[in-house]
Amino acid sequence: MPTITYRDALNQALREEMQRDPNVFLMGEEVGLYQGAYKVSRGLLEEFGAKRVVDTPIAELGFAGIGVGAAMGGLRPVVEFMTWNFAVLALDQIVNSAAKMLYMSGGQIPVPIVFRGPNGAALQLSSQHSQAWESWLSHIPGLKVVAPATPYDAKGLLKAAIRDNNPVVVLEGEMLYNNKGEVPEGEIVVPIGQADVKREGRHVTLICHSKTVAIALKAADQLASQDIAAEVLDLRTLRPLDDAAILRSVTKTNRAVVVEEGWPQCGIGAQVVDLIQREAFDQLDAPVLRVTQADVPMPYNKQLERLAKPSPDKVVAAARRVLYLD
Amino acid sequence: MATTVVMEALSPTMEEGRLVKWSKAVGEAVKTGETLAEVETDKAVMELVARADGQLLKQIVAEGATVPVGEAVAVIGAPGESVATPAATAPAKTQPAQQPSAVSPQPSTPVAPADATQVVRASPLARRLAKERGVDLKLVQGSGPGGRVVMRDLEGAGGAAVGLPVPVPRSAVPEPVGGVAYRDVPLTQIRKTIAKRLGTSLGPIPHFFLTTEVDMERAADARAALNQQLGDQGQNQAKISINDILLKATALALTKHGACNAWWQDDHIRYWNEVHVGMAVAIEDGLITPVIRNTDRKSLLEIGTEARELAGRARERRLRPEEYTGSTFSVSNLGMFDIDQFTAVINPPEAAILAVGAMSAKPVAMDGAVVVRRRLRMTLSCDHRVIDGATGAAFLRTVKQMLENPLAMLL
Repeated sequence: MPTITYRDALNQALREEMQRDPNVFLMGEEVGLYQGAYKVSRGLLEEFGAKRVVDTPIAELGFAGIGVGAAMGGLRPVVEFMTWNFAVLALDQIVNSAAKMLYMSGGQIPVPIVFRGPNGAALQLSSQHSQAWESWLSHIPGLKVVAPATPYDAKGLLKAAIRDNNPVVVLEGEMLYNNKGEVPEGEIVVPIGQADVKREGRHVTLICHSKTVAIALKAADQLASQDIAAEVLDLRTLRPLDDAAILRSVTKTNRAVVVEEGWPQCGIGAQVVDLIQREAFDQLDAPVLRVTQADVPMPYNKQLERLAKPSPDKVVAAARRVLYLD
Repeated sequence: MATTVVMEALSPTMEEGRLVKWSKAVGEAVKTGETLAEVETDKAVMELVARADGQLLKQIVAEGATVPVGEAVAVIGAPGESVATPAATAPAKTQPAQQPSAVSPQPSTPVAPADATQVVRASPLARRLAKERGVDLKLVQGSGPGGRVVMRDLEGAGGAAVGLPVPVPRSAVPEPVGGVAYRDVPLTQIRKTIAKRLGTSLGPIPHFFLTTEVDMERAADARAALNQQLGDQGQNQAKISINDILLKATALALTKHGACNAWWQDDHIRYWNEVHVGMAVAIEDGLITPVIRNTDRKSLLEIGTEARELAGRARERRLRPEEYTGSTFSVSNLGMFDIDQFTAVINPPEAAILAVGAMSAKPVAMDGAVVVRRRLRMTLSCDHRVIDGATGAAFLRTVKQMLENPLAMLL
């Protein structure tokens, strides 16, 4: 099976979907001539031409709105944001137009659009460019939100997002683009709404998504050396959450730690904890703990940034606490 | 519908039970509450009672077999009903409804006084498992924060162990080399329990010891006079022993020195308003501490009768859990072994224990002359977290004064 990067997996997904369906087109800053700020759209302008790979001005609200209009008109736009930090400018189109149109038109006007781009912190990009937006975006009824962690899931989920008739937010990661993983040739579609057990275990469930999957897997390695078998559950889709998979795993392990890049207040972990305490109360042997970014704007200082982010050590410490070992 | 009978947790620490004897034969009618079998636990031989009416359709295990708590041992059902034999390993969780709190076979028996005021902290999972396995959470020592009972505290109590890691990893025991220079004896259930309980005592508890010698002339005379009186009344079987007088004196002294009638509870100290004196009894293969409840309010005769009855059943291993739990103070007497004095290990969570040696005649100086008197040495072991030196000494002095002047017990 070929091993490719997360970046190339996204590129394959875009290329295959654009080949499959002439209504699919890509739009965003530097997606054409420059082939993408992170080279996700490499070769696409050459293959599909300027009508289907559209370079836009630096005007997120404007081109997001063009995308929503195109989707309402029957096309299937993929709108790339250079980062989700810039997409904050476009939230009005995402939240008020894309997410609401199907409902407010009484089901007459679907908006089959994909908004995608890197989310969360990279390295030393400071407070304004290091933010994780998943809890903001998955708050909104009418949107679907996916956050793939591996090249396989990136390809499969982007393809599923493009084919979905609802607006889908695809959260990628600057620190993920170079990660390599096995991706089979040909058609793979990962259904939206399905979590994935990335590692089996029976003592504690580490619930994670996107970049925190790698953190949880490292933590699970450390825990294994302490005879603790951690299960790593990758949510993959944040809206709709795969409730059944979460409950299945917690029923097996009786303890959980939720790991996310975002801030603690109203985070994804808060939503997961709500589900667990409501539906799996009698399975719990300990309160569910969360590992999040520190509740501060991301520091620029390298050491402070490291301390503010979730880390394998923090996950190990939380796992030991829910096992009453510390 | 057929009801599966499972091995129940008949003592707080029981993990498995040996089915000593079936009391009902296959085909015999049984009623709820009737004894089905006698089971030897880690502490005593107990009765396993029926939780359903019907006929004993099947005995799944043979007499003499040892069965983990929660596993099926028999089936009760309607006569002629076909028995779908439950897997011998069927965990208790498959039949939750049939076994409500099973720790005490006689629900009407008063439970240990500790239960009345105790708020049980337990994780939701531990609560569910305890309910399914018929374990009384009040009797389980919680290892979580604030004494919360968590899953690992119930491991072995009828459920499949999931191999949870324990806080302190145990080091591997080296294999014996030749196996001839010594003899390895597997730990019996009671030896394991003793080791576990006392291991939590002398190590973590800061003990200190106070010894005093008591003149027993008057107490011994009083005993002789009382027994003479009982004989005159035709109550020849009833006899007061020195130990009974010691228990009474101790109990009365505890009412005056509440500081010694206490439990160390990690984040607080519980001072008992009631006095329940435990008395250590040597039994074959171990020891156990039956409790004389409200010792301070009982007469010497009542104490004596109860002490002998409890000790007798303790030696036969027929004590019920509520008869050996909940003491607020303990007395250990090795006088019958000719021990002059010794130090006893505190029975947690109690704050003190009184170790009593043999009464013997010896020369002592009294009013400027050497006279022969019957004397007895006693040593109080105190938990310094609860009791300070002077506090313990004051209590011991009261015990001594009561024994040296037994009439004081009438005050």
